[in-house]
Amino acid sequence: MARRRRAEKIQLVLFFTAVALLPLVVRNAYYLHILTVVGLNLILATGLNLLMGYAGQVSLGHAAFYGIGAYASGILTATYGWNPWLAMLAAIVITSAVAWLVGKPTLHLKGHYLAMATLGVGIIVSVVIRQWSEMTGGPQGLMNIPSITLAGWELRSDMDVHYFYFVWGWGCLLSVLFSNLVASRPGRALRALHDSELAAETLGVDTAAFKVRAFVISAAYASIAGTLYAHSSMRFLSPTPFDFHKSIALLVMVVLGGQGTLWGPVLGAATITFIEEVLRPYADYDIIAYGLLLMFMMVVMPGGVARALGSLADWLRERIARRSGERDE
Amino acid sequence: MSELLLEVAGLCKDFGGLEAVKDVSFTVHEGQIKALIGPNGAGKTTIFNLLTGVLPPDAGRARFRGRELLGMPSHRVAALGIGRTFQTSQLFDQMTVLENVMVGHHLQGSATMLSAALRLFGAGAEERRYREVAMEALARAGLMDLAGRQAAALSIGQRRMVEVARALAAEPQLLLMDEPAAGLNMRETERLAETIQRIRDSGVTILLVEHDMSLVMSVAEEILVLDRGEPLAEGTPEEIRSDERVLAAYLGEVTD
Repeated sequence: MARRRRAEKIQLVLFFTAVALLPLVVRNAYYLHILTVVGLNLILATGLNLLMGYAGQVSLGHAAFYGIGAYASGILTATYGWNPWLAMLAAIVITSAVAWLVGKPTLHLKGHYLAMATLGVGIIVSVVIRQWSEMTGGPQGLMNIPSITLAGWELRSDMDVHYFYFVWGWGCLLSVLFSNLVASRPGRALRALHDSELAAETLGVDTAAFKVRAFVISAAYASIAGTLYAHSSMRFLSPTPFDFHKSIALLVMVVLGGQGTLWGPVLGAATITFIEEVLRPYADYDIIAYGLLLMFMMVVMPGGVARALGSLADWLRERIARRSGERDE
Repeated sequence: MSELLLEVAGLCKDFGGLEAVKDVSFTVHEGQIKALIGPNGAGKTTIFNLLTGVLPPDAGRARFRGRELLGMPSHRVAALGIGRTFQTSQLFDQMTVLENVMVGHHLQGSATMLSAALRLFGAGAEERRYREVAMEALARAGLMDLAGRQAAALSIGQRRMVEVARALAAEPQLLLMDEPAAGLNMRETERLAETIQRIRDSGVTILLVEHDMSLVMSVAEEILVLDRGEPLAEGTPEEIRSDERVLAAYLGEVTD
């Protein structure tokens, strides 16, 4: 286990180093933009993975927390002139509070009540963004969001490389925090309650409290992604990126990549971002693609791509070991 | 007599008209191995579920070192020092044996989500300590060679032993064992009897629910017989063996 943990750390370092080198190769602004979106989706999927893959709960409205994070920091900076960093912090607090209010009563019940509650939250948030025009700009959108500056760098989407590093910097930080968390006492408690809530309780794990915490953290991750989005996207926010479609896309990312794995969110985020881009001209049909993809995954590899690749690697290693064993004889 | 550890009085549970537990009272003293026996449906497992907060009781009291247990959530009961194993083993199948036992140490640990996440690439001395303690627990249980195995891949006998090791990792004062011999062969059952005695000798009081009469008669010091939710007889193995009401309940009514 200790060895596996060390291998994971090395993989993380290698992966994020490779990502950091990407802009040297990818010069095209459009491709760089796509890669940045992958980074945003990675943060979202990592948070949702904690909830689904570890706490064993489903959120059907996770885009709502993304939206709350984006609009909270958008409104606080554009309308009230707050510093973007302060707004980011405030957005995390607001989003976490909403998640806590939703999670606290529902996660004390047995079963998938959180899925239904979050479905409701997703719809409510989407309606509020569209209707509360004085605050959110409604369907016309929220304009003039200031860009965020880091150590004198102004980070904007038209400064592609800066923005790429900014988003992936956060992605790296949040991935490392996530991998630390799941390989620790509270992480084990989460995985334990996923397998047997009954046994986890009798070993002293306050399962309801742990589920609430996991949900709040996953919402906070979404909020951070929301803020990063708000301060980039042409300094403008519209309601569509935060609707039900996005919630489903996030769900598919986690299932496709592999729930409860370290690399699932990366694989899921990359694949779905690609599909989102390809299907952009056929906007409303993406949901059909996601539906088919979900069904395919459930039947062919319910453990997700990361687990399937893992077992493939194990199988190859075993074969090679057996081959070399034969040769030695 | 040694100190009173658990005192159950007037415990009742009704499942929509079926009285699963009817006015059950008994005591467990420190250092004892006590057994609850009875035919299927006698309410033994239900009593465990009531004591550990899995089910809410309809009436009764259950004091552990003077503190009322009933109405407490399961994790608080565990924190008081009451461990439990299950009739159908409840291992964390996706985890290794070592990780299972490490979850057993949950109550002894202190790492929170925040402290764990912010460890960055640090040494994780606390993790190492958890792992060492869990390894020691496995060594004591003679399960060292299973440490890295996935729990889902274990045999029934191994699962039971791991479950016991995991429960002991929480350092309980009282261990509730629900039919630990179910599914075990004769040799495994003999080993289990030794294990149970060894656990008691290490200072853990044991309350046992069991079907296997040979096991109960060999390890239990006191037996409470239940029949259809009601206490039928209580006494030493010798007394129970010769009790006519018990024989009747087990072998069917003696017709005259």
